[in-house]
Amino acid sequence: MAADTGATERLHGARKVGRYALLIFIAFLVLFPIYATLMQALKSGPDAIKNPQSILPINFTLDTLRAAWRIGDLGRLLLNSLFVAVLVTIGVIITSLLAAYAFAFLDFPGKGPIFVCFLATLLVPVELTVVVNQRTVDSFGWINSYQGLIVPLLATTFGIFLVRQVFLTVPKELREAAALDGVGHFRFLLEVATPLCRPTLGALALFTFLGTWNQYLWPSAIITDDAHRTIQIGLERLKTGDFDKFNLVTAGTVIAALPIFAVLIAFQRQLVRGLTAGAVKG
Amino acid sequence: MKKKWRELPIAVGMLAPSAVILGLFVVYPLVRAIQLGHLRCDATGKRCRDGGWGQYIDVFRSNEFQHALANTARLALMTVPIGLALGVGLAVLADKQIRGIGFFRTVFSSTVATSVAVASLIWFVLLQPEIGVLPNLFHGIIPSLKQPGLLRDPATALPAVALSSIWASLGFTFIVITAALQGIPRELYESAYVDGAGGWMRFSNVTLPMLGPTILFTSVVLTTRAFQSYAEVALLTGGGPDPQRPTQTLPYLIYGQNSLVKNDIGLKSAAAVLLFFVLLVLAFVQFRGLDKRVHYGS
Repeated sequence: MAADTGATERLHGARKVGRYALLIFIAFLVLFPIYATLMQALKSGPDAIKNPQSILPINFTLDTLRAAWRIGDLGRLLLNSLFVAVLVTIGVIITSLLAAYAFAFLDFPGKGPIFVCFLATLLVPVELTVVVNQRTVDSFGWINSYQGLIVPLLATTFGIFLVRQVFLTVPKELREAAALDGVGHFRFLLEVATPLCRPTLGALALFTFLGTWNQYLWPSAIITDDAHRTIQIGLERLKTGDFDKFNLVTAGTVIAALPIFAVLIAFQRQLVRGLTAGAVKG
Repeated sequence: MKKKWRELPIAVGMLAPSAVILGLFVVYPLVRAIQLGHLRCDATGKRCRDGGWGQYIDVFRSNEFQHALANTARLALMTVPIGLALGVGLAVLADKQIRGIGFFRTVFSSTVATSVAVASLIWFVLLQPEIGVLPNLFHGIIPSLKQPGLLRDPATALPAVALSSIWASLGFTFIVITAALQGIPRELYESAYVDGAGGWMRFSNVTLPMLGPTILFTSVVLTTRAFQSYAEVALLTGGGPDPQRPTQTLPYLIYGQNSLVKNDIGLKSAAAVLLFFVLLVLAFVQFRGLDKRVHYGS
């Protein structure tokens, strides 16, 4: 069944029904955890213990969601995550545009080797850098601060590489003509080069935003106070040992997941573009 | 030649912001961690002396490191093949121009919207024996769902972590492979069809070879994710259940709440550098091993 790739033949009759049945069944399996979580979040605490197997929206209440919002201080956590992710995204766009411009449009000694050095940083995983970055950030007095959450993320080689790839497709003559007209590098970057790579910037922005929003290890390494906790590391506080509070975790999870679902539905195209950019050969 | 030097100042200015950030928070930590990994500290973690490169060998050969390495490898052996097979299967299944296919594609991509933390908490509650939906619906068929619960049973804890992580990665794998499928020229299928190739033949002789580079890329990403698994362990099992600790992965050994090396900067750095080294070797082996069989097209 799964083997007949290629749209050269049309599906008919029984095969079509079979295909739909399979698609619906798998869609059900993939969505089930999300659906069950949503239903759980709509149960009251006592109901969750009495009817743990129920997954239909009966007796549903918003009380648990409200309680999770209040007890977990989720508004604060979401705002922290939003603030950090937005600033990091803006920063990455700026640093990527600048560095990519230098690599694509400027000529300077050692350009090739320097670019390779930049690329090599892609290999270093965050699991390695946290050990030392924790100490560095501590020495700056940035433990429990927004600076600590933001500054180390303000440049990524992925972003530089992505933007450079687009810049390289811009004809050299365009820059030369602009130079003859007395257009400086910064004006050319701002008014010609940047608009040309708008779709890529969209994908980069979405990716940086999601990556920053979803971080776990780094915030948990440098944040211990409530004021700066992000949503990913803050949800754990709802995880108490009491069974009647268990659906608070669920409710918190639903609240944490909703904004990202909304963002992704709005920006599906950019997401696919960004995800596949890493997979193309080269 | 003259132009080359004339543009140097502006190039330096444009590269400086990225270079400073990457230098300070990526390159320096790498170099510094390799140095710190030499340090042999006393029980308080305060007084340290240089233990030389030998410390890396000691850490690598220690029972704790080997145990965590084996656990992490086991996790990867579950998440990578199953994740890839599901991704390819779903992408091929949804690669038909039939009505409503957009809806199914959205559904299959949907888990990309969950962070590791959110996915882990979803499965944590879903599998929770007392109030979780799955144990209370299916304990008749699989008793261990309820007694003691998948995450509390040493035999099933790691597969349960793998389940959560496969589910969380499915959206990503599906999107990447779907995009690659759409890039395969339709003429290839048509000529295979004309040559009398059946469905399975077209899949194994056209689809799979053409997907080669993407499958390679995805398997490297999924392997890397398995070797970076921290949040799922922290939220699902805390490395437990004790005393076997079958879900103690390498990142959790280094950064976990009750990590043995938490306050020992020398051991912690050495273990982190070794983790990086393991990741490098794995990526290298995958590229070398698969590259020969991968067809990059024209």
